[in-house]
Amino acid sequence: MYAQMIKSEATQDDPEKVAAFQARIDAGDKIEPKDWMPEGYRKTLIRQIGQHAHSEIVGQLPEGNWITRAPTLERKAILLAKVQDEAGHGLYLYCAAETLGVSRDELTEMLLDGRMKYSSIFAYPTLTWADMGAVGWLVDGAAIMNQVPLQRTSYGPYARAMVRICKEESFHQRQGFDVMMKMANGTAAQKRMAQDALNRLWYPSLMMFGPSDSDSVHSEQSMAWKIKMNGNDELRQKFVDQTVPQAEYLGLTIPDENLKWNDAKGGYDFSQPDWSEFFDVLKGNGPCSVERIEARQKAWDDGAWVREARMAHAAKKRAQKIAAE
Amino acid sequence: MSNEWPLWEVFIRGQHGLSHRHVGSLHASDAEHAIRNARDVYTRRKEGISIWVVPASSIAASSPDEKGALYDPADDKVYRHPTFFDIPDDVGAM
Repeated sequence: MYAQMIKSEATQDDPEKVAAFQARIDAGDKIEPKDWMPEGYRKTLIRQIGQHAHSEIVGQLPEGNWITRAPTLERKAILLAKVQDEAGHGLYLYCAAETLGVSRDELTEMLLDGRMKYSSIFAYPTLTWADMGAVGWLVDGAAIMNQVPLQRTSYGPYARAMVRICKEESFHQRQGFDVMMKMANGTAAQKRMAQDALNRLWYPSLMMFGPSDSDSVHSEQSMAWKIKMNGNDELRQKFVDQTVPQAEYLGLTIPDENLKWNDAKGGYDFSQPDWSEFFDVLKGNGPCSVERIEARQKAWDDGAWVREARMAHAAKKRAQKIAAE
Repeated sequence: MSNEWPLWEVFIRGQHGLSHRHVGSLHASDAEHAIRNARDVYTRRKEGISIWVVPASSIAASSPDEKGALYDPADDKVYRHPTFFDIPDDVGAM
Protein backbone atom coordinates (compact mmCIF):
# COMPACT_ATOMS: atom_id res chain seq x y z
CA MET A 1 0.00 0.00 0.00
CA TYR A 2 1.18 3.57 0.52
CA ALA A 3 3.05 2.10 3.47
CA GLN A 4 4.60 -1.19 2.39
CA MET A 5 6.67 -3.73 4.29
CA ILE A 6 6.55 -1.83 7.56
CA LYS A 7 8.44 -3.86 10.13
CA SER A 8 6.93 -3.69 13.57
CA GLU A 9 9.60 -2.60 16.01
CA ALA A 10 10.41 -4.68 19.05
CA THR A 11 9.21 -3.35 22.35
CA GLN A 12 11.25 -3.52 25.56
CA ASP A 13 8.87 -1.79 27.88
CA ASP A 14 7.43 -2.78 31.22
CA PRO A 15 5.29 -5.87 30.41
CA GLU A 16 2.55 -4.71 32.79
CA LYS A 17 2.22 -1.36 31.03
CA VAL A 18 2.31 -3.08 27.65
CA ALA A 19 -0.52 -5.40 28.72
CA ALA A 20 -2.60 -2.46 29.95
CA PHE A 21 -1.94 -0.66 26.66
CA GLN A 22 -3.02 -3.70 24.65
CA ALA A 23 -6.18 -3.96 26.77
CA ARG A 24 -7.03 -0.35 25.86
CA ILE A 25 -6.61 -1.13 22.17
CA ASP A 26 -8.64 -4.33 22.45
CA ALA A 27 -11.41 -2.31 24.11
CA GLY A 28 -11.47 0.02 21.10
CA ASP A 29 -9.86 3.01 22.87
CA LYS A 30 -8.04 5.56 20.75
CA ILE A 31 -4.45 6.29 21.71
CA GLU A 32 -3.66 10.01 21.82
CA PRO A 33 -0.24 11.72 21.57
CA LYS A 34 0.22 12.31 25.30
CA ASP A 35 -0.86 8.79 26.33
CA TRP A 36 1.72 6.24 27.34
CA MET A 37 2.60 3.90 24.45
CA PRO A 38 5.23 1.19 23.92
CA GLU A 39 8.35 2.40 22.11
CA GLY A 40 7.72 -0.19 19.40
CA TYR A 41 4.24 1.18 18.72
CA ARG A 42 5.61 4.71 18.47
CA LYS A 43 8.50 3.81 16.17
CA THR A 44 6.42 1.57 13.92
CA LEU A 45 3.83 4.30 13.52
CA ILE A 46 6.42 6.96 12.72
CA ARG A 47 7.72 4.71 9.96
CA GLN A 48 4.27 3.80 8.68
CA ILE A 49 2.73 7.29 8.76
CA GLY A 50 5.96 8.81 7.46
CA GLN A 51 6.04 6.44 4.49
CA HIS A 52 2.39 7.11 3.85
CA ALA A 53 3.05 10.89 3.88
CA HIS A 54 6.08 10.54 1.59
CA SER A 55 3.95 8.51 -0.83
CA GLU A 56 1.38 11.30 -1.05
CA ILE A 57 4.10 13.87 -1.73
CA VAL A 58 6.13 11.80 -4.21
CA GLY A 59 2.82 10.69 -5.72
CA GLN A 60 2.31 14.24 -6.96
CA LEU A 61 5.21 13.86 -9.39
CA PRO A 62 3.84 11.29 -11.88
CA GLU A 63 0.61 13.28 -12.19
CA GLY A 64 2.22 16.70 -12.07
CA ASN A 65 3.99 15.46 -15.19
CA TRP A 66 0.73 15.89 -17.16
CA ILE A 67 -0.72 19.11 -15.75
CA THR A 68 0.71 21.28 -18.51
CA ARG A 69 -0.36 18.80 -21.19
CA ALA A 70 -3.90 18.01 -20.09
CA PRO A 71 -6.16 17.78 -23.16
CA THR A 72 -8.66 20.46 -22.06
CA LEU A 73 -8.72 23.37 -19.65
CA GLU A 74 -11.30 21.55 -17.51
CA ARG A 75 -9.17 18.40 -17.28
CA LYS A 76 -6.21 20.58 -16.37
CA ALA A 77 -8.10 22.32 -13.56
CA ILE A 78 -9.33 18.96 -12.23
CA LEU A 79 -5.87 17.39 -12.32
CA LEU A 80 -4.41 20.44 -10.61
CA ALA A 81 -7.03 20.14 -7.84
CA LYS A 82 -6.26 16.45 -7.44
CA VAL A 83 -2.51 16.99 -7.20
CA GLN A 84 -3.13 19.78 -4.68
CA ASP A 85 -5.21 17.31 -2.65
CA GLU A 86 -2.25 14.90 -2.60
CA ALA A 87 -0.09 17.68 -1.14
CA GLY A 88 -2.79 18.22 1.48
CA HIS A 89 -2.88 14.50 2.31
CA GLY A 90 0.88 14.53 2.76
CA LEU A 91 0.57 17.47 5.15
CA TYR A 92 -2.20 15.88 7.25
CA LEU A 93 -0.05 12.77 7.60
CA TYR A 94 3.22 14.58 8.37
CA CYS A 95 1.42 16.39 11.20
CA ALA A 96 0.07 13.08 12.52
CA ALA A 97 3.61 11.63 12.48
CA GLU A 98 4.99 14.70 14.22
CA THR A 99 2.70 14.12 17.21
CA LEU A 100 4.84 11.01 17.85
CA GLY A 101 7.97 13.08 18.42
CA VAL A 102 9.67 13.30 15.03
CA SER A 103 10.19 16.65 13.29
CA ARG A 104 9.08 17.53 9.77
CA ASP A 105 12.68 18.22 8.73
CA GLU A 106 13.81 14.84 10.05
CA LEU A 107 11.07 13.09 8.08
CA THR A 108 12.08 14.90 4.88
CA GLU A 109 15.74 14.12 5.44
CA MET A 110 14.96 10.44 6.00
CA LEU A 111 13.12 10.31 2.67
CA LEU A 112 15.96 12.05 0.85
CA ASP A 113 18.76 9.88 2.26
CA GLY A 114 16.79 6.66 1.73
CA ARG A 115 16.15 5.72 5.36
CA MET A 116 12.42 6.04 4.69
CA LYS A 117 10.60 4.75 1.61
CA TYR A 118 7.62 5.76 -0.44
CA SER A 119 5.17 3.47 -2.22
CA SER A 120 6.62 1.36 -5.03
CA ILE A 121 3.87 2.48 -7.41
CA PHE A 122 5.28 5.99 -7.77
CA ALA A 123 8.57 4.71 -9.09
CA TYR A 124 6.77 3.96 -12.37
CA PRO A 125 6.47 6.50 -15.20
CA THR A 126 3.28 8.08 -16.56
CA LEU A 127 3.83 7.88 -20.29
CA THR A 128 0.53 9.01 -21.80
CA TRP A 129 -2.59 10.96 -20.83
CA ALA A 130 -4.40 7.64 -20.37
CA ASP A 131 -2.07 6.99 -17.43
CA MET A 132 -3.83 9.85 -15.60
CA GLY A 133 -7.01 7.84 -15.93
CA ALA A 134 -5.40 4.56 -14.90
CA VAL A 135 -3.61 6.10 -11.92
CA GLY A 136 -6.81 7.60 -10.55
CA TRP A 137 -8.85 4.49 -11.25
CA LEU A 138 -6.36 1.81 -10.15
CA VAL A 139 -3.84 3.45 -7.84
CA ASP A 140 -6.30 5.61 -5.93
CA GLY A 141 -8.76 2.72 -6.02
CA ALA A 142 -6.18 0.45 -4.39
CA ALA A 143 -5.29 3.13 -1.86
CA ILE A 144 -8.94 3.53 -0.84
CA MET A 145 -9.14 -0.22 -0.10
CA ASN A 146 -6.51 0.27 2.57
CA GLN A 147 -7.39 3.73 3.77
CA VAL A 148 -11.06 3.16 4.52
CA PRO A 149 -10.36 0.60 7.28
CA LEU A 150 -7.49 2.75 8.57
CA GLN A 151 -10.06 5.34 9.63
CA ARG A 152 -10.59 2.97 12.58
CA THR A 153 -6.91 2.63 13.42
CA SER A 154 -5.96 2.85 17.09
CA TYR A 155 -3.85 6.01 16.89
CA GLY A 156 -6.18 9.04 17.09
CA PRO A 157 -4.28 11.58 14.96
CA TYR A 158 -3.69 8.96 12.23
CA ALA A 159 -7.35 7.90 12.23
CA ARG A 160 -8.50 11.51 11.97
CA ALA A 161 -6.12 12.21 9.08
CA MET A 162 -7.51 9.14 7.30
CA VAL A 163 -11.07 10.38 7.70
CA ARG A 164 -10.19 13.62 5.91
CA ILE A 165 -8.23 11.78 3.25
CA CYS A 166 -10.96 9.24 2.50
CA LYS A 167 -13.49 12.01 1.97
CA GLU A 168 -11.30 13.47 -0.76
CA GLU A 169 -9.95 10.25 -2.25
CA SER A 170 -13.22 9.20 -3.76
CA PHE A 171 -13.13 12.21 -6.09
CA HIS A 172 -9.69 11.06 -7.24
CA GLN A 173 -10.82 7.59 -8.19
CA ARG A 174 -13.95 8.76 -9.95
CA GLN A 175 -12.11 11.40 -11.99
CA GLY A 176 -9.66 8.67 -13.04
CA PHE A 177 -12.46 6.39 -14.15
CA ASP A 178 -14.04 9.31 -15.99
CA VAL A 179 -10.82 9.81 -17.97
CA MET A 180 -10.75 6.07 -18.72
CA MET A 181 -14.37 6.08 -19.94
CA LYS A 182 -13.61 8.95 -22.29
CA MET A 183 -10.53 7.23 -23.68
CA ALA A 184 -12.13 3.77 -23.90
CA ASN A 185 -15.08 5.18 -25.83
CA GLY A 186 -12.94 7.40 -28.04
CA THR A 187 -11.09 6.67 -31.26
CA ALA A 188 -9.32 3.35 -31.82
CA ALA A 189 -6.02 5.04 -30.98
CA GLN A 190 -7.42 6.44 -27.72
CA LYS A 191 -8.78 3.03 -26.74
CA ARG A 192 -5.37 1.50 -27.45
CA MET A 193 -3.80 4.08 -25.14
CA ALA A 194 -6.28 3.21 -22.39
CA GLN A 195 -5.53 -0.51 -22.79
CA ASP A 196 -1.80 0.17 -22.79
CA ALA A 197 -2.09 2.17 -19.56
CA LEU A 198 -3.99 -0.70 -17.93
CA ASN A 199 -1.40 -3.19 -19.19
CA ARG A 200 1.47 -1.26 -17.67
CA LEU A 201 -0.16 -0.27 -14.36
CA TRP A 202 -2.09 -3.44 -13.48
CA TYR A 203 0.69 -5.42 -11.82
CA PRO A 204 2.34 -2.42 -10.14
CA SER A 205 -1.12 -1.69 -8.68
CA LEU A 206 -1.38 -5.25 -7.32
CA MET A 207 2.06 -4.80 -5.76
CA MET A 208 0.80 -1.85 -3.76
CA PHE A 209 -0.78 -4.23 -1.25
CA GLY A 210 2.61 -5.74 -0.43
CA PRO A 211 3.74 -9.38 -0.55
CA SER A 212 1.57 -12.25 0.58
CA ASP A 213 0.78 -12.35 4.29
CA SER A 214 2.36 -15.79 4.51
CA ASP A 215 5.70 -14.07 3.75
CA SER A 216 5.19 -11.26 6.19
CA VAL A 217 6.37 -11.79 9.75
CA HIS A 218 5.40 -8.31 10.90
CA SER A 219 1.70 -8.29 10.20
CA GLU A 220 0.70 -9.96 13.43
CA GLN A 221 2.02 -7.33 15.84
CA SER A 222 0.72 -4.45 13.71
CA MET A 223 -2.68 -6.10 13.52
CA ALA A 224 -2.76 -6.52 17.32
CA TRP A 225 -1.93 -2.83 17.65
CA LYS A 226 -4.67 -2.03 15.12
CA ILE A 227 -2.34 -0.04 12.92
CA LYS A 228 -2.78 -2.63 10.17
CA MET A 229 -6.41 -3.53 9.77
CA ASN A 230 -6.48 -6.17 7.01
CA GLY A 231 -4.18 -8.74 5.47
CA ASN A 232 -2.40 -7.90 2.21
CA ASP A 233 -3.91 -10.85 0.32
CA GLU A 234 -7.39 -10.06 1.56
CA LEU A 235 -7.25 -6.47 0.31
CA ARG A 236 -5.65 -7.48 -3.00
CA GLN A 237 -8.46 -9.97 -3.60
CA LYS A 238 -11.04 -7.33 -2.79
CA PHE A 239 -9.38 -4.91 -5.21
CA VAL A 240 -9.34 -7.45 -8.04
CA ASP A 241 -12.95 -8.44 -7.46
CA GLN A 242 -14.00 -4.81 -7.55
CA THR A 243 -11.88 -3.79 -10.53
CA VAL A 244 -12.51 -6.61 -13.01
CA PRO A 245 -16.17 -5.70 -13.65
CA GLN A 246 -15.14 -2.05 -14.05
CA ALA A 247 -12.60 -3.04 -16.70
CA GLU A 248 -15.32 -5.05 -18.43
CA TYR A 249 -17.56 -2.00 -18.39
CA LEU A 250 -14.78 -0.04 -20.08
CA GLY A 251 -14.33 -2.80 -22.65
CA LEU A 252 -10.71 -3.23 -21.60
CA THR A 253 -8.88 -6.47 -20.90
CA ILE A 254 -7.02 -7.15 -17.64
CA PRO A 255 -3.56 -8.33 -18.75
CA ASP A 256 -3.78 -11.70 -17.04
CA GLU A 257 -4.44 -14.97 -18.86
CA ASN A 258 -5.13 -16.72 -15.57
CA LEU A 259 -7.86 -14.34 -14.51
CA LYS A 260 -10.95 -16.44 -13.92
CA TRP A 261 -14.02 -16.30 -11.72
CA ASN A 262 -13.85 -18.92 -8.97
CA ASP A 263 -17.34 -19.80 -7.83
CA ALA A 264 -16.14 -21.77 -4.82
CA LYS A 265 -14.31 -18.85 -3.23
CA GLY A 266 -16.67 -16.23 -4.61
CA GLY A 267 -13.84 -14.21 -6.12
CA TYR A 268 -11.43 -14.14 -9.05
CA ASP A 269 -8.32 -16.27 -9.38
CA PHE A 270 -5.51 -14.12 -10.71
CA SER A 271 -1.75 -14.07 -11.30
CA GLN A 272 0.60 -12.60 -8.72
CA PRO A 273 2.85 -9.75 -9.79
CA ASP A 274 6.57 -10.36 -10.16
CA TRP A 275 7.67 -10.00 -6.54
CA SER A 276 11.35 -9.80 -7.40
CA GLU A 277 10.54 -6.64 -9.35
CA PHE A 278 8.73 -5.28 -6.29
CA PHE A 279 11.68 -5.84 -3.99
CA ASP A 280 13.97 -4.31 -6.57
CA VAL A 281 11.80 -1.19 -6.81
CA LEU A 282 11.71 -0.87 -2.99
CA LYS A 283 15.52 -0.95 -3.01
CA GLY A 284 15.42 2.14 -5.20
CA ASN A 285 15.81 0.48 -8.60
CA GLY A 286 12.43 1.38 -10.08
CA PRO A 287 12.28 2.99 -13.53
CA CYS A 288 11.85 6.48 -12.00
CA SER A 289 13.32 5.97 -8.51
CA VAL A 290 16.33 8.20 -9.08
CA GLU A 291 14.30 10.89 -10.83
CA ARG A 292 11.73 11.01 -8.01
CA ILE A 293 14.24 11.54 -5.22
CA GLU A 294 16.18 14.02 -7.36
CA ALA A 295 12.99 16.04 -7.78
CA ARG A 296 12.33 16.00 -4.02
CA GLN A 297 15.96 16.91 -3.28
CA LYS A 298 15.77 19.82 -5.73
CA ALA A 299 12.56 21.10 -4.17
CA TRP A 300 14.16 20.84 -0.72
CA ASP A 301 17.34 22.67 -1.79
CA ASP A 302 15.61 25.31 -3.90
CA GLY A 303 13.14 26.00 -1.10
CA ALA A 304 15.83 26.49 1.57
CA TRP A 305 16.07 30.26 1.04
CA VAL A 306 12.29 30.61 1.24
CA ARG A 307 12.18 28.75 4.55
CA GLU A 308 14.98 30.93 5.93
CA ALA A 309 13.62 34.21 4.55
CA ARG A 310 10.20 33.52 6.05
CA MET A 311 11.70 33.04 9.50
CA ALA A 312 13.89 36.13 9.13
CA HIS A 313 10.89 38.20 8.06
CA ALA A 314 8.82 36.94 11.00
CA ALA A 315 11.65 37.80 13.42
CA LYS A 316 11.98 41.29 11.92
CA LYS A 317 8.26 41.94 12.21
CA ARG A 318 8.28 40.78 15.83
CA ALA A 319 11.15 43.15 16.61
CA GLN A 320 9.37 46.06 14.90
CA LYS A 321 6.22 45.39 16.87
CA ILE A 322 8.11 45.37 20.16
CA ALA A 323 9.93 48.60 19.20
CA ALA A 324 6.61 50.28 18.39
CA GLU A 325 5.03 49.37 21.72
CA MET B 1 16.41 21.74 12.58
CA SER B 2 15.88 24.54 15.09
CA ASN B 3 14.96 26.86 12.24
CA GLU B 4 11.84 24.88 11.35
CA TRP B 5 8.71 26.97 10.95
CA PRO B 6 6.78 26.70 14.20
CA LEU B 7 3.72 24.47 14.52
CA TRP B 8 0.23 26.03 14.61
CA GLU B 9 -3.04 24.42 15.59
CA VAL B 10 -5.91 25.24 13.24
CA PHE B 11 -9.54 25.80 14.22
CA ILE B 12 -12.32 26.28 11.67
CA ARG B 13 -15.84 27.59 12.07
CA GLY B 14 -17.88 25.40 9.77
CA GLN B 15 -20.89 27.65 9.45
CA HIS B 16 -22.59 30.58 11.11
CA GLY B 17 -23.63 29.82 14.64
CA LEU B 18 -21.20 26.95 15.23
CA SER B 19 -18.05 26.98 17.36
CA HIS B 20 -14.61 26.88 15.86
CA ARG B 21 -13.43 23.30 15.87
CA HIS B 22 -9.92 21.88 15.87
CA VAL B 23 -9.14 20.39 12.45
CA GLY B 24 -5.39 19.81 12.52
CA SER B 25 -2.06 21.57 12.51
CA LEU B 26 0.50 23.01 10.13
CA HIS B 27 3.84 24.80 10.01
CA ALA B 28 4.14 28.51 9.24
CA SER B 29 6.54 31.35 9.98
CA ASP B 30 3.95 33.69 11.53
CA ALA B 31 0.21 34.00 12.17
CA GLU B 32 -0.65 35.57 8.83
CA HIS B 33 1.26 32.84 7.01
CA ALA B 34 -0.47 30.21 9.13
CA ILE B 35 -3.91 31.51 8.14
CA ARG B 36 -2.98 31.48 4.45
CA ASN B 37 -1.67 27.94 4.73
CA ALA B 38 -4.71 26.85 6.71
CA ARG B 39 -6.89 28.19 3.93
CA ASP B 40 -5.06 25.99 1.41
CA VAL B 41 -4.72 22.89 3.57
CA TYR B 42 -8.04 22.78 5.44
CA THR B 43 -10.68 24.68 3.43
CA ARG B 44 -10.33 23.54 -0.18
CA ARG B 45 -13.95 22.37 -0.19
CA LYS B 46 -15.76 25.19 1.57
CA GLU B 47 -15.26 23.58 4.97
CA GLY B 48 -15.38 26.88 6.79
CA ILE B 49 -16.14 30.56 7.04
CA SER B 50 -13.60 31.54 9.67
CA ILE B 51 -10.13 30.34 10.67
CA TRP B 52 -8.30 30.57 13.99
CA VAL B 53 -4.63 29.68 14.30
CA VAL B 54 -2.86 29.27 17.63
CA PRO B 55 0.85 28.52 18.20
CA ALA B 56 0.90 24.89 19.33
CA SER B 57 3.37 25.88 22.05
CA SER B 58 0.73 28.18 23.58
CA ILE B 59 -1.74 25.41 24.26
CA ALA B 60 -1.87 24.02 27.78
CA ALA B 61 -3.46 20.58 28.03
CA SER B 62 -4.65 18.36 30.85
CA SER B 63 -2.59 15.25 31.38
CA PRO B 64 -4.03 11.79 30.61
CA ASP B 65 -2.88 10.74 34.12
CA GLU B 66 -5.32 13.21 35.67
CA LYS B 67 -8.27 11.62 33.96
CA GLY B 68 -9.61 9.99 37.12
CA ALA B 69 -9.20 13.04 39.34
CA LEU B 70 -10.80 15.34 36.80
CA TYR B 71 -13.72 13.35 35.47
CA ASP B 72 -14.63 10.63 37.97
CA PRO B 73 -16.37 13.03 40.40
CA ALA B 74 -19.11 13.48 37.79
CA ASP B 75 -19.88 9.74 37.78
CA ASP B 76 -22.18 9.80 40.83
CA LYS B 77 -23.98 13.02 39.99
CA VAL B 78 -26.48 11.73 37.47
CA TYR B 79 -29.06 14.13 38.95
CA ARG B 80 -27.37 16.84 36.88
CA HIS B 81 -29.21 15.38 33.89
CA PRO B 82 -32.90 16.23 33.44
CA THR B 83 -33.77 12.58 32.72
CA PHE B 84 -32.95 11.75 36.39
CA PHE B 85 -36.32 13.16 37.44
CA ASP B 86 -39.55 11.34 36.67
CA ILE B 87 -42.29 13.85 35.89
CA PRO B 88 -45.78 12.29 35.60
CA ASP B 89 -47.30 12.41 32.11
CA ASP B 90 -50.27 14.32 33.56
CA VAL B 91 -48.02 17.32 34.18
CA GLY B 92 -47.41 17.71 30.45
CA ALA B 93 -44.24 18.85 28.70
CA MET B 94 -41.51 20.17 30.99
